[in-house]
Amino acid sequence: MHRPANEAELAELVAGTNTGLCIEGGGTRGLTVPGEILSTRGLSGVELYEPGSLTLVVKAGTPLAEVEALLMSEGQRLAFEPMDHRRLLGTKGTPTIGGTFAANCSGPRRIQAGAARDFLLGVRFVDGRGEVVKNGGRVMKNVTGYDLVKLMAGAHGTLGVLSEVSLKVLPQAEASATVVVEGLSLDRAIQAMSAALGSPYDVTGAAYDPQAQAVFVRVEGFAQSVAYRGDKLVQDLAQFGNPSLAREGAALWSDIRDVTAFASHSAVWQASVKPTEAPELLDRLGQIHGFAYRLDWGGGRIWLALSEDELKAAAFDTEDGRKDDPLEGLAAFDANLRQNVAQLGGHVTLVKAPKEAALPRFQAQLVPLAAIAEGLRRQFDPRGILNPGLMG
Amino acid sequence: MQMPLPDPAILARKARIARRLGTVLPADALIQDEMETRAYECDGLAAYRCPPLLAVLPRSTQEVSDILRICHEEGVPVVPRGAGTSLAGGALPTADSVILGVARMNEVLETDYDNRVIRVQAGRTNLSVSGAVEEEDFFYAPDPSSQLACAIAGNIAMNSGGAHCLKYGVTTNNLMGVTLVLMDGTVVEIGGAHLDAGGLDLLGVICGSEGQLGVVTEATLRILRKPEGARPVLIGFDSNEVAGACVSDIIKAGVLPVAIEFMDRPCIQACEAFAKAGYPMCEALLIIEVEGSEAEIAHQLQLITDIARRHNPVELREAGDAEEAARIWLGRKSAFGAMGQINDYMCLDGTIPVGALPQVLRRIGELSQEFGLEVANVFHAGDGNMHPLILFDANKPGDLERCEAFGAEILKLCVDVGGCLTGEHGVGIEKRDLMHYQYNGQDLEAQLRVKDVFDPKWLLNPAKVFPLLVTQSRRSPDLAAE
Repeated sequence: MHRPANEAELAELVAGTNTGLCIEGGGTRGLTVPGEILSTRGLSGVELYEPGSLTLVVKAGTPLAEVEALLMSEGQRLAFEPMDHRRLLGTKGTPTIGGTFAANCSGPRRIQAGAARDFLLGVRFVDGRGEVVKNGGRVMKNVTGYDLVKLMAGAHGTLGVLSEVSLKVLPQAEASATVVVEGLSLDRAIQAMSAALGSPYDVTGAAYDPQAQAVFVRVEGFAQSVAYRGDKLVQDLAQFGNPSLAREGAALWSDIRDVTAFASHSAVWQASVKPTEAPELLDRLGQIHGFAYRLDWGGGRIWLALSEDELKAAAFDTEDGRKDDPLEGLAAFDANLRQNVAQLGGHVTLVKAPKEAALPRFQAQLVPLAAIAEGLRRQFDPRGILNPGLMG
Repeated sequence: MQMPLPDPAILARKARIARRLGTVLPADALIQDEMETRAYECDGLAAYRCPPLLAVLPRSTQEVSDILRICHEEGVPVVPRGAGTSLAGGALPTADSVILGVARMNEVLETDYDNRVIRVQAGRTNLSVSGAVEEEDFFYAPDPSSQLACAIAGNIAMNSGGAHCLKYGVTTNNLMGVTLVLMDGTVVEIGGAHLDAGGLDLLGVICGSEGQLGVVTEATLRILRKPEGARPVLIGFDSNEVAGACVSDIIKAGVLPVAIEFMDRPCIQACEAFAKAGYPMCEALLIIEVEGSEAEIAHQLQLITDIARRHNPVELREAGDAEEAARIWLGRKSAFGAMGQINDYMCLDGTIPVGALPQVLRRIGELSQEFGLEVANVFHAGDGNMHPLILFDANKPGDLERCEAFGAEILKLCVDVGGCLTGEHGVGIEKRDLMHYQYNGQDLEAQLRVKDVFDPKWLLNPAKVFPLLVTQSRRSPDLAAE
């Protein structure tokens, strides 16, 4: 395992390597490729924190928990609410801030505050040539040259290894409340969440649990504002059922964020679609397969999960008629899901799969876009050594 | 400001190029008469002018694709143009280029309140996007000062901001999808009504690429429900330092106003003389606006004024009603007009870390003395985006050059304190040659490689954003080989 202690060592290492590198922050997201592990954990520490400017500059390998604790001490937070994959995937280790941005990892508040990529102000990275590149900066408004910052967020290290990130942080909310509406079918749930998100009350979370038939709508802010908005939403959502107000929702929202409901499932996908398309997608899939799901982002983010038995059952649908092979089932469901999401508009990520599975994690792009993505990878990583094959 | 010399071979082929474009466009969409192409000789940076070879005004994505395919085959540079309001020269043509104006593509294609998105043709003006969803009490958040005139296409090209982006973000945070036409005519769809990208975040790199990677013909934008209400407070201080400290304390206290505007004494004086908004004469003025219900507004303003009082303000004025609110904004909103009354002016657009404000304003004051030119500062204080307005006399020989030199010093200062050359106007030609100051050769090379992928022949808006010397070998490979 390579573990450079600083950016210069990182650059030297990449420049001197000719074989594939598996870039690893905390290793909690289960995204490994064959190759020698390149750990960023040696690049750790806070460079600058200015609470009055809402900005933080930190080395990429810094543990996320350290960053969050520092922000907490000043009453601030990462507003995009990054998911912790450990509970869902059963992984060990400590997520890093760099890994969080490389995966553009956002939670329920993404619907209101924006994604991880929206909070990333600047990057330093080492590209596949071993060259150190900086882009963006530490200020909130910056249109100086191309925005490679966004390009690096969600590139999963395939265009460069992040060495330092600067980011925008936001104040912690003084209070939070959750409006719960029970007894809702999927269609009604989408309508209720759309109504909440289309209200002037700055909803910061809208999720649906079909098992409990419950919609959860979160508001955050100053205590008196939360009280007011919570009451208003209870009134507005009364047309959908009998809403109630839950004052304490931290555990509920961290379960939604981390998708803990599917911790014991064998395979989990995330689909991103237009919220009102969610019922159509789930209906199409439900006609063929057995699966469980949860909705976040007002229905725009769908978590789909299959147990071991459901994977085996899904294998019945494969053409050669083999039964009881969970990997066949995985492939069959994956193909069906991707095809339907492509038709409806959106994309799919395979988040959790049995170890032996060799399916691509990310959505294959259409030809002109795939060519651009491939062109960019060739420019930034001409030797194809950074997480090779991970994104295409 | 240097521009590349026109390619005589292209100039000689004008008739042929016009004929080919005429086969894919209706007659009124192709402008070749020299009197008429003059209308496209400059944008908001009016000090630099050059009529283009031709101008085309397509009405559909298909027409844009046909135009680009032909220009690609002919090897003709294309300069995309939204509404032509760029202050950075983003739409300045060269004599051998075709101006591709999208102003006629201004339809609303779809409004979807359930999913909170609107799909528009990219030539639609910023304000009329909000106008299209106003009856349902929705709005489109980015609000550049030119919003009455500027096009969404230009907003995407420059990643435009506005006064309210402390809370709502800039264009890139509100853009969900585009139809993009590449230089060879290929039409690609990126993103849509769903959130985040499936693969690499190409939308993120297209936004702010100044028309150099492709031509955006349609856009899916996030729309938001309007807040219940909004109200400003005006606070005057007797020093820039104290005003800066007050802003920092407000943010640290967990209040996130929708806008924090800052004006310095020269700006206050000019605005007051022009608009008579009743501003106090002091060193620094803050206008802070908060949103919500009546009670929420009152609560936030209470927190803000409590903090402000600890800094001994010379004036503290809350808006009691809509008319008073309008009066508070009146002076600020007429700042540019007020400066225009006094003289010609150049509007800069650097961003600095908020904490560096007093230091930067002090240094700008010193530079103003050195260059012998007056400067007034308006500033989006919440996010550090400053707009120094340098006054000069365009009819006085040497004044423009002196003004530009002064402007360059201010922008370098922004970089020196940890900020950047441009916060929302873009680089264009205006800040092109300062790029070296913020980015080293390797940083720039990484950006050029992105253009190599999208536009290998370097035909789209090629003389912008990067220092000409840096892009020379890519723009004119034959010349470089000689």
